[in-house]
Amino acid sequence: MVTMATAQSIPESPASDSESTGASEPRRLSETTPAKLAVKDLTISYAGTPALSDVSLDVREHEIFGIIGPANAGKTSFLKCLNLMNTFTAGMEVEGQILFNGLDTHRLKNVYALRSRIGVVFPLPVGLPLTIYENVALSPRLRGVKNKADLDVVVERCLTRAALWDEVKDRLNSLGSLLSGGQQQRLTIARALSQEPELLMLDEFSIAVDPVTTMRIEEVLMELRSEMTIILVTNLVQQARRLADRTAFFLEGKCVEIGETGALFEGNVQDQRTSDYIEGKFG
Amino acid sequence: METRAQNQSLAAEFDRRNMDWYMDKLVQVLVFMGGISAIVFIIGIFAFVTMEGAGFLFDGFSFREFFLSEYWEPSDEDDPEYGILALIAGTASVTGLAMVVAIPFSLGAAIFIGEFATGRTREFLKVLVELLAAIPSVVWGFIGLSIMNPLIIELFDVPVGLTVLNAGIILGLMAAPIMTSIAEDALKAVPDRYREAAEALGATRWEVIFKTVIPAAKNGLLGAVLLGVGRGFGETMAVLMATGHSVNIPGSLFDSVRALTATIAAELGETAVGSEHYQVLFTIGIFLFVITFIINLTADLIVRGVKNQ
Repeated sequence: MVTMATAQSIPESPASDSESTGASEPRRLSETTPAKLAVKDLTISYAGTPALSDVSLDVREHEIFGIIGPANAGKTSFLKCLNLMNTFTAGMEVEGQILFNGLDTHRLKNVYALRSRIGVVFPLPVGLPLTIYENVALSPRLRGVKNKADLDVVVERCLTRAALWDEVKDRLNSLGSLLSGGQQQRLTIARALSQEPELLMLDEFSIAVDPVTTMRIEEVLMELRSEMTIILVTNLVQQARRLADRTAFFLEGKCVEIGETGALFEGNVQDQRTSDYIEGKFG
Repeated sequence: METRAQNQSLAAEFDRRNMDWYMDKLVQVLVFMGGISAIVFIIGIFAFVTMEGAGFLFDGFSFREFFLSEYWEPSDEDDPEYGILALIAGTASVTGLAMVVAIPFSLGAAIFIGEFATGRTREFLKVLVELLAAIPSVVWGFIGLSIMNPLIIELFDVPVGLTVLNAGIILGLMAAPIMTSIAEDALKAVPDRYREAAEALGATRWEVIFKTVIPAAKNGLLGAVLLGVGRGFGETMAVLMATGHSVNIPGSLFDSVRALTATIAAELGETAVGSEHYQVLFTIGIFLFVITFIINLTADLIVRGVKNQ
C-alpha cells in the first residue's frame, strides 16, 4: 500500500487524486490497524478562555492525518498537548484524555520518554545553534549513542531522507542556524527523523519554505508513511488534499468534521462550513 | 486662481521653521553632546592620568624594574624602587580566586533565574540580585575585615585572616551579582523556539540547558565573566581592606597581598604632588586603565558577536 501511495505523485488533477488514494486504500487500513493516537473530549483553554473544545478523534497507525482550518482554530494548541509541551505554556489548561498507543499520556511518569517518540516540525524552521551534524546527532546522543561511526550513519541517513544531504554533506560542521529557511526546515525534519519517531507532527511546515522545497518535503512525507504515523497541520487546503488520508477540519476551537480526504474534497461533507472552507469561500 | 493661492500658502508653510523644528534641533544637539561626552571623558581622563605620570614614564621608567621587580619601596630615601610585580601578582591572585568563586555562583544563579524560576520568584530574585550589586564596596570590605578575618583565623588556624582567600571570596561575592545579571540577559536572549525544539526531542530540562541554551548563549556568558574580571581588576576599597595590604608575591591562599588599585588609594594622599612617587602611582593608573580597557573591550566585542549572529 505504501508503494502505491508514493507512486501517486501528480497531485494536481482531482481525477487521479480520487482514483489512486482517496477512498479505497485508507479505508481498508482503518479496519485493520489500531489507533496510534486516540483523543477523547479534549478541551484546551488559556487562562480560562477556551481555545479548543471537546475534540475526539483517532489517528490510525501509518496514516497521514491532515488538520486544516483557518488561524485561531486551535490546531497548534492541539499539537502542543499531544507531546505534553503544554506544560511550558503558562496558563494553558488541558482537559480530556490522550491515548498514545492506548496509554494515557497524562498518567505517564516520564514525559521525556513520550516526547522522544514523537517528532515535531514547527511552523518556522528551528536550526539549533549547533553544527548541522550536531543538530541531527543531538537526539541519538540524548538516547545515549556515543559511537561516532553509529552517529555518522544516522546523520547521513536522516539528512538524505530529508532531501538535504547533497546540499550540506561538505559542510556538516558549519552552523545549522546559518542555513537558508528551506534548508533549515529540512534540517528540522532530519532532526525529527533522527528520533526514529513513531509519530511525526508537522505544524504548517511550509510557511517559510519555497514551493519547490515544499514539494520535495511532501514527497519525503509520502515515503515516511510506511514507517510512521504522521499528523499534518496545514493552512494549505491543497496540501492536505495531496497528502492526507483523512482530514479533520478545525474551526474556531471546534473540530467541525473528520472524513476521508477524498470524500471531503468531492463535496461529501456533513457540515456546509467544511466545503465552504475547502472551496475557499472563507479562511 | 484658488489653487495658486493655496500653493503659495503651502510654500510659505514649507519655508517657515516653527517652534517644533527648533525644539527638535535642540534635542538633537543635547543628545549628541550626551553621546559624545563618554568619549570626551575617556580621552580626558586618559590624557590627565598620562600627563601626571608622564614625568616618570618618559624619564625614570625602566620596563625591567617596573614590571619585573618585586620590590615596591617608594619610601626608601636613598634608592626608592618601584617594582609592581608583587602588586600585579596580588591583583591577579585575588581576581583569579574571585572568579573561581563568582563563576559557579553567578552561572548557577543566572540559570536558575532565567530557566527555572517563574513569575514572582523570578521577579523577586532579579530585584534581589540588583540590590546585591548595589551594595557599596566599602561594606564588602567591612565584612572582609570584621567577619571573614576572624572566621578564617578560626577555621584554618592561621595568624592573619586578611589574605588572598579573604579578598578573593569577598571580591567574588561582589562581582557575582553583576555577572549574574549579564549572564541572565544572555540566557534570555536565546529564543524560546530553541528550547521548544530541544524539548520536543525528548531532552530533559538540564539537557536542554546544557546542550542547547548554553551553547547558544556562550558568548554572552563569556562576556559576563570578562566583565567580572574587569571588576576584579578595578575594585579598590574592598580589596584594600581584605587583602592585608602587604607587598608580597603570594605562595598560598593564606598570604597577605597588596593590589595595584589599593596601592594607589593608600599612597596617593601621602605623596607630594609631582614627586617621582606620585608619578609612579599615576603610571600604575595608566597600566590599570589599559588593562581594564582591554578586558572591557574584549567583553564588549564578544557580547556584540552574540547579537550579530
